[in-house]
Amino acid sequence: MYENKKIGFIFVLPFFLGVLGFKLFPFVMSLALSLTQYDIINPPEYIGLENYKELVADPLFHKSLSVTLAFVALTVPLRLAFALFIAHVLNFKLRGINFFRSAYYLPSILGGSIAVSVLWRFIFSQNGLVNMALSRIGIEPIQWLADEHYAMWTIVLLNVWQFGSAMVIFLAALQNVPTSLYEAAEIDGASKWQQFLRITIPLITPVIFFNLIMQTVNAFQEFNGPYMVTEGGPLHSTYLLSLYIYDQSFRFFNLGYGSALSWVMFAMVVSLSAISFWSSKYWVFYSGEKDKK
Amino acid sequence: MSAILNTAGAVVSDHEARRTVRRERINAAIRYVLLGAVFLVMLYPMLWLVGSSFKSNSEIFTEIGFWPSKFNLGSYAKGWKTTSEYTFATYFLNSFAIIIPRIIVTVISCVLVAYAFARFEFHGKKILFGIMVGTMMLPTIILRLPQYLMFKELGWLDTYLPLIVPSAFATDTFFVFLLVQFLRGIPRDMEEAAQIDGCNPVQLLWYIIVPLLKPAIISVVVFQFIWTMNDFMGPLIYLSSVEKYPVSLALKMSIGATEEVEWASVIAISVVALVPSIVVFFLAQRHFIEGASSSGIKG
Repeated sequence: MYENKKIGFIFVLPFFLGVLGFKLFPFVMSLALSLTQYDIINPPEYIGLENYKELVADPLFHKSLSVTLAFVALTVPLRLAFALFIAHVLNFKLRGINFFRSAYYLPSILGGSIAVSVLWRFIFSQNGLVNMALSRIGIEPIQWLADEHYAMWTIVLLNVWQFGSAMVIFLAALQNVPTSLYEAAEIDGASKWQQFLRITIPLITPVIFFNLIMQTVNAFQEFNGPYMVTEGGPLHSTYLLSLYIYDQSFRFFNLGYGSALSWVMFAMVVSLSAISFWSSKYWVFYSGEKDKK
Repeated sequence: MSAILNTAGAVVSDHEARRTVRRERINAAIRYVLLGAVFLVMLYPMLWLVGSSFKSNSEIFTEIGFWPSKFNLGSYAKGWKTTSEYTFATYFLNSFAIIIPRIIVTVISCVLVAYAFARFEFHGKKILFGIMVGTMMLPTIILRLPQYLMFKELGWLDTYLPLIVPSAFATDTFFVFLLVQFLRGIPRDMEEAAQIDGCNPVQLLWYIIVPLLKPAIISVVVFQFIWTMNDFMGPLIYLSSVEKYPVSLALKMSIGATEEVEWASVIAISVVALVPSIVVFFLAQRHFIEGASSSGIKG
């Protein structure tokens, strides 16, 4: 709109400096650090790819990697499925619907907090709410936090419970689907389920794609839940990469090794995003100009 | 399209119309039941915790109902006092000492940058915008270590500066993105009129853009408030003196202090810790949900 190129740049200057100083510079520095051995007291020592070689042989890294992948593979689809399903139900014109919208959004607002992690730990403790409820229907109490087969589920549930942010975005997309399409399909005798599969889903694929990417990036970074609820245990069954990176970097001050670990995480996020972007041309439909009336 | 609908409408007989109404009612009923069931599963844990915070230590682990047999405020008093030498009053004040300046610098920097992206042409705009969207996908944990070293060099460790200063440079890119999306949906007529009347870009920003952006700015404030309140890893890395701890770190301390967790007081204080965020959420929820949803779509 405005032709004055200098003024535009002056306004964007804080961002330019911020990206340079707080994003790009640390980003490059972290790659450089991953090629060193550095304990913060002695100056960093260049060791080439040693850290990465060490990773290959590190059983804890393998464990942490598989735990992370399992966590992402469980959390992201479940979260998206819930978010879409509930958004679909909430998209109905019902009395008091706004109350439900806010109520469902609340857990995802508070869920990342330490307070909720503490409470979650309590709910899943030996005598907590979940086991009390299970005993009412005759199921033996489960050692949610002490049994390695169940611990992962407690943090997955904590995350799926926070489907609200994806739900809100789905909801807005659903409200943009023209009702005339449903009316036409209704006349042609399409069932609700067919309408959902053939009209709703294709029209909101751009938003599904957006949510998929953002939720994946978030899932990789999950920290508060496993750190507070299960403390990475038992037997490292919830020891996500983020916890391993934190321990190596800020508890043991193996800064080089910690950086190498975070670059592995970065590589995984980038490759998953790349796969999503590549595959998107087969399943994401942008309605573009045609739709505008 | 409407012609087709009219003909179709004429064909539908009275009988079918009544059947449709009945089906709609059943549909609505099913949806209410579903909504209620999901509500119960999602929110009951929170309600139960609020109830539990008033229960005695023995009742906590035996009673599945959330209503306590008698209201006992002892856990609150005990939790508030903490096992450290400071009370939670200190920790709450510390949290606000981080949150308030951070919100102010976030809003100022993000509005400026969003204004530039949405309304100006300048060299490298496309690349910069691409970098912004790209950094939204960059896991922040990768940057933690180098940032820590930078702040150490600057002598900022054990101060609130590492938690506040980056936000002054619009590094919370999600907010910039949200504001840009919102601005793109606002027609430019008013700005054009004001420009003809001789407004300069700064006046335009202040008198036209900021008022129009108000709902989106409220979203930014609410999100930043709650996210900063929730932030744990930042303070965990940068702060070392207990007197400077925000609520999140203090809570962690209360659960880690003893082998046997004092559940009653920990629960009480966790409930208190959630109050500011819940209040802010409900005060602003209407704008908030609208603003949040506009970030992913439009255009």
